Amino acid sequence: MEIDFKRDEEMEKLVQDLKSVKRSEFEFHDANKPVYSTGKGLTRETVEEISEIKKEPDWMRRLRLKALEIFMSKPVPTWGPDLSGIDWENTSYYNRPGESKTNNWEEVPDEIKETFQKLGVPEMEQKFLAGSVAQYDSEGVYHNLKKVWEDKGVVFMDLDSAVQKYPDLVKDYYCRAVPVTDNKFAALNGAVWSGGSFLYVPKGVQIDMPLQTYFRMNGEATGQFEHTIVVADEGSKVHYIEGCTAPRYDKNSLHSAIVEIYVKRNAKARYTSVQNWSKSVYNMPTKRAWVDENAQMEWVGGSLGSKITMLYPSSYLRGPYASASNLNIALAGAGTFKDTGAKALHLAPHTTSRIVAKSISIEDGKAIYRGLLRMNKGAVHSKSKVQCDALLINDESSSFTYPHDEIYEPTATFSHEASVGRIGTEELTYLRSRGLSEDEASSMIVLGFLDDVMKEIPMEFAVEMNRLIKLEMGKLGAVG
Amino acid sequence: MKGTVKMSELVIKNLAASIDDREILKDVSLTVKGGEIHALMGPNGAGKSTLGYVLMGHPNYKVTGGSIKLNGVELINKTPEERARAGLFLAFQNPVTVQGVKLSTFIRTAYNQMHPGEKIPIQQFYDSMKQHMKKVGLDESFISRSINDGFSGGERKRFEILQMVMLKPKIVVLDEIDSGLDVDALKMVAEEIREFHNEETGFLIITHYQRILKDIEPEFVHVLMDGKMARDGNRDLSLRIEEEGYDWIRGV
Repeated sequence: MEIDFKRDEEMEKLVQDLKSVKRSEFEFHDANKPVYSTGKGLTRETVEEISEIKKEPDWMRRLRLKALEIFMSKPVPTWGPDLSGIDWENTSYYNRPGESKTNNWEEVPDEIKETFQKLGVPEMEQKFLAGSVAQYDSEGVYHNLKKVWEDKGVVFMDLDSAVQKYPDLVKDYYCRAVPVTDNKFAALNGAVWSGGSFLYVPKGVQIDMPLQTYFRMNGEATGQFEHTIVVADEGSKVHYIEGCTAPRYDKNSLHSAIVEIYVKRNAKARYTSVQNWSKSVYNMPTKRAWVDENAQMEWVGGSLGSKITMLYPSSYLRGPYASASNLNIALAGAGTFKDTGAKALHLAPHTTSRIVAKSISIEDGKAIYRGLLRMNKGAVHSKSKVQCDALLINDESSSFTYPHDEIYEPTATFSHEASVGRIGTEELTYLRSRGLSEDEASSMIVLGFLDDVMKEIPMEFAVEMNRLIKLEMGKLGAVG
Repeated sequence: MKGTVKMSELVIKNLAASIDDREILKDVSLTVKGGEIHALMGPNGAGKSTLGYVLMGHPNYKVTGGSIKLNGVELINKTPEERARAGLFLAFQNPVTVQGVKLSTFIRTAYNQMHPGEKIPIQQFYDSMKQHMKKVGLDESFISRSINDGFSGGERKRFEILQMVMLKPKIVVLDEIDSGLDVDALKMVAEEIREFHNEETGFLIITHYQRILKDIEPEFVHVLMDGKMARDGNRDLSLRIEEEGYDWIRGV
């Protein structure tokens, strides 16, 4: 049996690197006051007002009002985590941070610019990205796409701008994969959406660097309701990344996004999102991809923060040989609830899906895997593989998995695997009794747990995850 | 011989400790020097394993009196990792599973902590590890497995001994290392301990039975009863216990 020395050396280095990572500061907030806010609460007038401010075409205004009706008619879902803490009346649904949008960081208002600089956004853009959009509260404040891609016909901007500039293109995709009737939170988004990205990659264009949108919520008791549409036209290739953070407040904020991804024939799309909302945010996005013939969709998701997250990115495998992979990592810190999972709907022959869900629960943090696997009649020889791994960093915590399978095709095959590991006082003491510090012990545990997916997740994600776990574990293994 | 051998010395004085406000250790004094082999015997519930945990600084136990000094340095307020780095090693009676942490990375990271400054190339380190795995009877494939994940009771014990020989501690506490091992396995483990035993390293072998003491002969034998050191002696003491049990010490 041969050992992969290189991998081991990498791992050793990583453990040492992680030790020196200082606590990053995502939870600060700046003094920026919105230049315009619709105030607290949600009525027909609020929706009209948002549409008016945005000088939207009439079709969008009507869609918003219809969505509002659906939102009002749907009850708050009760089959998952307790959502009674959402203060619908005292939330402000629209907060405009500044007067203009720009493609030059210098023109972004100082306080907002400083915030994004602290988060390292402009630096990342320069180094790693083909394009970037920055959203602050309700509006995109910055968007830029490298000229080489613009020349090839790629469109990348906030959705509001796209509605103005490319209304027909937007109309083709807006709320098709995720209709506002889908659920209460999607309906809410349909009514008050603002910001989010529109990314269109023309036929055959393969973008080798990722494009990123960074979402920042600054206000207290606010809502962020962005709507993102990614279209990978036939034979194209794209990697889109989202990062989200917010300061921590006593009053709860609400994040309810829609993400729609269209992967056309022979195209390949990867969507990576790293969510690190503070513990005062309810995170209720609806994310869905339509995957056509021989196309590939990859979801990579990290849910690190928020008070409650309910998220089940879905792949509709609509054409033969379409495939989807879904890699989700959820960290349920003390006092938080992660109800996450994935859905794969096999609607055509020879489609494949692979779901890997990893969760880490700390103290009373709850992590639930909830998944749907559906194989329609006629989806011959389709295959699916689901793997759920849970790590409990506590002596008492537990995790749950609720897989739901609907198999109507006899030639389809699927498998489920699940594992649960536990790290409590005994495990930590054991590692420490061999000279490992708590830092090293926790880093090794986290890296070990993520080892098989490490290559697929962004490095800063592992660093941040490690930091959060260390913070929470500090309380656990303290020696008196 | 190069230079002078630095002798290690563990001095336990009037140690008292409790768990959940229940006093387990009442008065324990014991000195283990480099090169010496001590056996700590005693009936069930005497506090033998507690002594092991307390020496290592397990957070569930609270020291209520006395001192533990390693080479003159007080350990009582030190963390488990500080004690390990000072050269103390405890082979656990029931080692736990730690999923996701590979044996290879674990032992190497631990070694680097205990012997900072020594940069052993990774390949050389693993070669030596594989040799010792063979000696303690662990299959090479275990090197890529998670700590104790799916290990049998005996494999866990072999892994403890592997850690001991790889990490080269100065004072070794073996807690019931013989339980869960069959005769052949015990022979292998004992052989590895004997080979590791040198004039620098002191041993405290905690055992309920005299079985392991046939393979590793202690110079000093101590009997712990009801949290107190009831008898100190030599080899004869353990032999008498084998024949007569503990009642005669109790004075029943």
